[in-house]
Amino acid sequence: MIVMTKDTMQIVREQDVVPFRNRVRELSVKIGMSLVNQTKLITAASELVRNMLKYANGGKVMLETVSKNAQAGIRLTFQDEGPGIADVQQAMRDGFSTGKSLGLGLPGAKRLVNEFDIKSTLGAGTTVTIIHWKHGR
Amino acid sequence: MDRIPILKMGSFLLVTIQVDLYDRLALTLENDLITMVSRTGAKGVLIDISAVSIVDSFMGRILGNIASMSRIMDAETVVVGMQPAVAITLVELGLTLQGVHTALDVEKGMELLHSKIGITDEPEEDEEGPDDSND
Amino acid sequence: MNTTAQILQNNIQKILDIWMQNQLADASLRDDLISNEELRRQSEELLSGLARATASGNVENIYAPEYEPVTEILSDISITRARQGFSPRETGMYVLSLKQAISQVLEEQLSDKPETLYKELLKLNLLLDNLSVITFETFIKGREEVILRQTDEISEISTPVIRVWEGILALPIIGTLDSARTQVVMENLLQEIVNTGSSIAILDISGVPAVDSLVAQHLIKTVSATRLMGAECIISGIRAEIAQTIVHLGIDLSNIKTKASLANALQLAFSMRNVEVRKINKNTGISLTR
Repeated sequence: MIVMTKDTMQIVREQDVVPFRNRVRELSVKIGMSLVNQTKLITAASELVRNMLKYANGGKVMLETVSKNAQAGIRLTFQDEGPGIADVQQAMRDGFSTGKSLGLGLPGAKRLVNEFDIKSTLGAGTTVTIIHWKHGR
Repeated sequence: MDRIPILKMGSFLLVTIQVDLYDRLALTLENDLITMVSRTGAKGVLIDISAVSIVDSFMGRILGNIASMSRIMDAETVVVGMQPAVAITLVELGLTLQGVHTALDVEKGMELLHSKIGITDEPEEDEEGPDDSND
Repeated sequence: MNTTAQILQNNIQKILDIWMQNQLADASLRDDLISNEELRRQSEELLSGLARATASGNVENIYAPEYEPVTEILSDISITRARQGFSPRETGMYVLSLKQAISQVLEEQLSDKPETLYKELLKLNLLLDNLSVITFETFIKGREEVILRQTDEISEISTPVIRVWEGILALPIIGTLDSARTQVVMENLLQEIVNTGSSIAILDISGVPAVDSLVAQHLIKTVSATRLMGAECIISGIRAEIAQTIVHLGIDLSNIKTKASLANALQLAFSMRNVEVRKINKNTGISLTR
């Protein structure tokens, strides 16, 4: 996989969410992603960034355009230094939430993108990486 | 602070969301709408989201909340104009907006509300209103 | 200039003749796909390209710039052959029979110097093996392009959205529904709902060979997305064996309107839109309700 562009955004307030989503949209338009795939990626990004604000008081997101086998894609890495997730498997299950949300954030985001990876250490923070390909379904 | 305007049309309330909502704006809208329903005794709430390009689970929950709260106050909620890409994404996300009525556009949403309020003792499933346009 | 290059240069016509003989002698040659003259022209072009490239002294690295014309001609030939429907064997034999022809000439010319012959043959083998790898790579790439194009065509052809009545769309699904296909179906259907302002969509699955839990899930997703847009979805064309599998697999379709045939679904759609279809007796002017 080749990284073509790289950019980092700090997310500390709820008002950072809309500019962040616009940035993701810009990138996906640039690589020629279809509207449905754009919407899926941005929605997944929105879920993850919301989690980051809610559980870890923010963090940073790395936005990259990547290329593999001649297909362009977008990789987003959400990194926070929050309390971490005690049971990642449980958190990935539909309807599970420690907050008072619908519990669709993590599993929903995973369903929306082509590749999803989560690493979490209690007390140290959580890193979620997602990739969505231009023609990904 | 920003606010989404709420229009009163007869016994209905109409909200057109033109911007991407950030959380506080959405919560304010929920609050304002419910206050308006209670103050005006509105029978129906119409939310036009045709200009909204992203609906995530938070936004979905707000829409669901508005519908449930309105129903307790005897008002029906119709969400109109959802974009195809948004609908596909919501289904994939696992959010089907149970309890929220939907229509293609404001006009069809109005028809739906009229039919719901006109014949209140009809069962819930009967969603199609009288439509004479094809005769 | 090394020995092979020199021999190549001086014997182009001879090698070409032997090579053509070899190719024509091969029973698998598709003379229905390519004429002898065309084959000779292609072969000559490749051979003179190869002679020019080896003249530079490089007989190892086929990725060097002097080999560009050779690999280009070869890729062209392989891709064309892949599209024309040649088999991998026919395409592979093309380069391999060239190896035979050159070896034969080398043997004749160097029969008095066995040591040089051995070394030159080794080099030649390596060079032509590399070239045949390129042949295969491009041949397969050519085939993959054909497959990709067909896949695109199939997914477009197989998901037409038909406007059957004012406000009623029908979408006959033919073939298996996988997740990629479902997305195409959903996108087409939802876009058409917006374009036509239709409030009812009929998904006809008579052409779907089997419905397992995954296909059912895809159908349910499509119905849910249609509802979110504000339209109603009817699934029709449910054959007896499909109804059986659905029940045996424990798939819950009770929230979805289903009908056995497209005609029944259309009837339901008409009644939902308050439309009535009647037979008119022209002679008496009395209309009979069906």
